Amino acid sequence: MYENVEVRQVFCNTLDKMMSENPKIVVLDADLAKANGTLSLRNKYADRAFDMGVAEQNMAGVAAGMAAYGFIPFIGSFTAFAARRICDQIAISITYAKRNVKIIGSDPGVSAELNGGTHMSMEDIGVLRSIPGIVIFEAADAVELEKALYQIVSYDGPVYIRLFRKVAPVIYNENYDFNLFKADVLKEGKDVTLLASGIMVNEALKACEILKEEGIMAEVINVHTIKPLDKETILNSVRKTGAVVTCENHNVIGGLKSAVAELLIEECPVYLKSVGVLDHFGEVAPMDYLMKKYNMTPENIVSAAKEAIKKGR
Amino acid sequence: MNENEIKQLELKSKHVRRLIIDEIGKLGVGHIGGCLSPVEALVVLYYKVMNIDPKNPDMEGRDRFVLSKGHAGPALYAVLADKGYFDISMLDTLNRPETNLPSHCDMLKTRGIDMTTGSLGQGISCAVGMAKASKILKDNAYIYCMIGDGESQEGQVWEAAMAAAHFKLDNLIAFTDYNKLQIDGTVDEVMSLLNVEEKWKAFGWNVYSVDGHDINEIYNALLKSKETKGKPSMIILNTIKGKGVSFIENMGAGNHNTKISNEQRIAALKELE
Repeated sequence: MYENVEVRQVFCNTLDKMMSENPKIVVLDADLAKANGTLSLRNKYADRAFDMGVAEQNMAGVAAGMAAYGFIPFIGSFTAFAARRICDQIAISITYAKRNVKIIGSDPGVSAELNGGTHMSMEDIGVLRSIPGIVIFEAADAVELEKALYQIVSYDGPVYIRLFRKVAPVIYNENYDFNLFKADVLKEGKDVTLLASGIMVNEALKACEILKEEGIMAEVINVHTIKPLDKETILNSVRKTGAVVTCENHNVIGGLKSAVAELLIEECPVYLKSVGVLDHFGEVAPMDYLMKKYNMTPENIVSAAKEAIKKGR
Repeated sequence: MNENEIKQLELKSKHVRRLIIDEIGKLGVGHIGGCLSPVEALVVLYYKVMNIDPKNPDMEGRDRFVLSKGHAGPALYAVLADKGYFDISMLDTLNRPETNLPSHCDMLKTRGIDMTTGSLGQGISCAVGMAKASKILKDNAYIYCMIGDGESQEGQVWEAAMAAAHFKLDNLIAFTDYNKLQIDGTVDEVMSLLNVEEKWKAFGWNVYSVDGHDINEIYNALLKSKETKGKPSMIILNTIKGKGVSFIENMGAGNHNTKISNEQRIAALKELE
């Protein structure tokens, strides 16, 4: 349905649709409306879509103030500035004050590509995950993002949305029955559980195919919402398979691996292997190059899966 | 404002100071200096200028106040209690476990608090957001905000200043409680604001500098600010930190967050009779 369509285009179109139906939605950008695809909203909603300049701290506070007035603000920047830079504003003005602000962090992890290490936030989920009450979501494709945005607007509270903004491989069709608080089992299997989020969902699906050829049946779960974690779906799967691999476009400290490990160590200790960024900063390079360099390929997931299974025996 | 009204608000200021002394004094510790300095401005706002209803604190189209220097919460609590937002006896719960009156303002806990503040520099951005929201809704509300002089060292304050002028938020009126003291010493010693009036003017604001303990000067600056079109206003309140109680005033920078004994509380109340 969104073959060769940039995710940011779907993001903008969905916002447009929602704004036409809901006068409370406002969109604030910090000089990255072009990058995040929201610039055209200003033609139609001159008073509800506007720029805050390169001043993310103030943007977060203004959004909190508008939320205190009943609006539902979306604020956007690159992940590095939408999370890491304004962590305290998100913690206090937005989350501690329970303001209904939706935070868009675009270009997560290696997808920052040529913007390099300064813009390649590997820690945004880790930074935000320990703030009580914030929801952290990352879509695997454009269809999932579109469906999620409606539920995110209906949900009253702060949500951080990790936005891969370029063309994403199609995973879902329009019949996808999405639930913001329910992880999605994409493939059922009995030997190992692959828990993935964002761009790593597609890599996990590829790994699943490779494993199948070798007679290993992997269960693939899209953990689109990292906080709150859907414990039930994850535990049901891991209790069945006894082995797990987390796959994330993020530092393995603080993100999906950490969230899953925190759950499993208390509820169902099994061998857990992880694929992700091994606690280092990013650098300039195309995404496919970085995914190879950082061992984030389907082949890496396959190796990790086999190791988790072997150790579990 | 006529002489009689000025007199009444001066008496009210004294009463609010007594409430603050009792509130913090019974606890024995608190941000006493910065609670006593902005009293007249709070009194002019809440007893004369703001369109508010203590019986209906969420009234649509009401004026709002963001105490960006959130550590002065106890001063605002005294005003809100006296206005009837909550029972006056609640002031005795200040900073006790499970209280609805925490050291810094919390909109989820305290009736009449319009915004949660405490991390300096953030409240003024929230006030800009409210003023922008009010403009979109065209509800004709005024948004008032108070920042501290030490707080003005936060970069976010100047991001907010830029945005308020850019959006021509003439419904935003802010105060700087310019008591010239902060935790580590005088503002000039710690990190000087130099000419703070010129700074705000350079950021595109309409600026007044008044005696922050003169009811009439504050009121007149507010009236002129409300009439100003096309830009936000900043009223610099030249104040004395710890105003009204000589031994607290004399502590200088030491009065930011200090212990107060029962004897000191009683002596302070006596001085404020």
